Amino acid sequence: MLPRVGLFVTCLVDLVRPSVGFAAVRLLEAAGCEVEVPLQTCCGQPAYNAGDRANARDIARRTIATFRTYDYVVAPSGSCAAMLRLHYPSLFAGEGAAEGEAKAFAERVYELTVFLADVRGVRQTGAHFAGRVAYHDACSGLHELGIGAAPRRLLGAVEGIELAEISDGQACCGFGGLFSVSYPQISTAIVDKKVAAVRATGASVLTSADLGCLMNIAGRLQRLGCAIECRHVAELLAGTLDDPPIGEVNRTDHLTGHLTGQSN
Amino acid sequence: MIEEPSNFTERSFRALADQGLQAALAGLPGGLVKQRSMAKARLPEFEAMRVVARDIRDHTIANLDAYLDVFAERAMAAGSHVHWARDGLEARAIILEICKAAGARLVTKGKSMVSEEIALNDHLVAAGIEVVETDLGEYIVQLRGERPSHIIAPAIHLTEPQVEAEFRRKHAHLPIDRRFADAADLVAEARAVLREKFLAADVGITGANFLVAETGSVVLVTNEGNGDLTAQLPRVHIALASIDKVVPTLEDTAALLRVLARSGTGQDITAYTSYLTGPRHQRDPDGPLASHIVILDNGRSNLLASEFRDALRCIRCGACMNHCPVYNAIGGHAYGGVYAGPIGAVLTPAFSGIAAAHDLPSASTLCGRCEDVCPVKIPLPKLLRRWREAGFAAGATPSRRRLALWAWAYVAKRPKLYRVVTRLAVAALSALGGTRGAFGYLPFAGAWTRSRDFPAPPGRTFQQLFAEQLRRVTR
Repeated sequence: MLPRVGLFVTCLVDLVRPSVGFAAVRLLEAAGCEVEVPLQTCCGQPAYNAGDRANARDIARRTIATFRTYDYVVAPSGSCAAMLRLHYPSLFAGEGAAEGEAKAFAERVYELTVFLADVRGVRQTGAHFAGRVAYHDACSGLHELGIGAAPRRLLGAVEGIELAEISDGQACCGFGGLFSVSYPQISTAIVDKKVAAVRATGASVLTSADLGCLMNIAGRLQRLGCAIECRHVAELLAGTLDDPPIGEVNRTDHLTGHLTGQSN
Repeated sequence: MIEEPSNFTERSFRALADQGLQAALAGLPGGLVKQRSMAKARLPEFEAMRVVARDIRDHTIANLDAYLDVFAERAMAAGSHVHWARDGLEARAIILEICKAAGARLVTKGKSMVSEEIALNDHLVAAGIEVVETDLGEYIVQLRGERPSHIIAPAIHLTEPQVEAEFRRKHAHLPIDRRFADAADLVAEARAVLREKFLAADVGITGANFLVAETGSVVLVTNEGNGDLTAQLPRVHIALASIDKVVPTLEDTAALLRVLARSGTGQDITAYTSYLTGPRHQRDPDGPLASHIVILDNGRSNLLASEFRDALRCIRCGACMNHCPVYNAIGGHAYGGVYAGPIGAVLTPAFSGIAAAHDLPSASTLCGRCEDVCPVKIPLPKLLRRWREAGFAAGATPSRRRLALWAWAYVAKRPKLYRVVTRLAVAALSALGGTRGAFGYLPFAGAWTRSRDFPAPPGRTFQQLFAEQLRRVTR
């Protein structure tokens, strides 16, 4: 029987970049999983990181209940996966049954590339991509979950790809969720350093496992008039590049795939 | 002299616009950060040493009262006078009293962040005593009337030309046509000026990196040897230490020094490490005639009993600030208070109250790199988040942010409402975007779009599109 995976798509992907969700579904199915997308909202991290513990707990309880029946819960984001995996249990620390439930839930949560590479043993996804690609380590994934090898292994196996490392790659891009709008000037100063480091790689594409970082870096690259394209790692791995890069219009000028039925 | 932590945003703007500061900070990634990473790579057991160091600190903090008693007993047995101070007021009074009794007119000082905490220099100067900082960086910021902007590199916010200009202004007795080719010339000049002070000082005041309970020793590490000259040459030595500085044994100090130097500067060991045990003994060729140790609480007992207790593990290496994206962007002064960077953002609210300092824990991306590099594994992001919780509970969160959060949480707790609201919002945004790929300006999102484009969503949410696809397939 195929393992049942509940896709925690993340609210950013849900609202801003559905193509990442479809790419994740495709990758998970190709890795022999049955994928479902139960009605879901946000992991609650904005509330949690703003110090609003009560709301974070309410959202966590709901998310845990929503995904109770799945063998695995997979998110195309290290940040949201860390919230589900590490912080949900801490929200109910010392509360007996609630903590136990959060822990049991947390053990089944994985970030997408780690799930594919380490749990499902995927070596390569069969995608092709000709070009130089820089991979940005998103902080939550890197520092909280230790993610770094899995996405590089999978990307390295994409045919035609040339992977570039960003100098001082452990440095944050300055997104930080609400930080980006609460302290926009500091956030911009930080992302400017990241943009310079990305440009120095000579890559034509920047990828990462977190849409938040990508929106931040892409948004700054575009504002500065830099032509580096930003894509979520799931899109590169799934080979679903029909959608234009983040924040850009489709240069080939034809909408394909699931975006064709633009509401009108 | 200490600025209020409450003007953080304004100070951060000034810091971002300060080209000298930005030029100085640009050296951090290729400097202290790289040096630490090289030192770590040279020591295979580095990660294991961090665990040992954390355990030593945890054990000590859990038994702080006992180790402090043992330390005081042994320090007195070694001939030191031990003084206890509840707060800065008491500590300043004790130190001034010792200086007066010694007839002190000139005091040399080794680097001490705790002395910054209690604004010691101002107090002594007001009593008519000349105070000279002898750590090069501290000396420079003293000349400029500034505070240190970093725990171990107090003048890291300055460039060489700025230091040169300051020296030319303040060392007016030196030949006007002298040349400064590089940093070594600056060091040589400071050394010449300071040498006179070392020899003439009546009292030397230093901090303490550790207090060793086993032997009653004060451990002092410096890279310039100024700590030794300050502690050994004057008639009287005063060590000012906070209660958290105690460690059980000499062996423990060895373990901690190994991670301290590597984490802070990337050195295998700091250039000078001194164990000062009591005043000059009978057969000693030199050393102070009297040794005083002032042990200060200043709010730390409260920390000990709080959920911020882990912050007391800190051994003041500065790695968290070196690796912090926010510190790298704005430097130390913008934080206000005495301690900057992630550890400062945890300590300052404890000292000044969360209402005044709520910006400090909030102005962090919570990237987690500080915890990764901390030699004693302080869970800094967790502690920052706890302060955010305290700030949120106290109503310190700005009302606009609070309202936005409340609205988002209201929707996020109700999936069916979320489905409706997000569909409408995404459709509206998409219509507004038209054929554009991204927005250069968005109402209500000006903080984002002032400097960054925002991607235009494709008109329908993923959950909506996925459900439609499922219906098509199953039809």
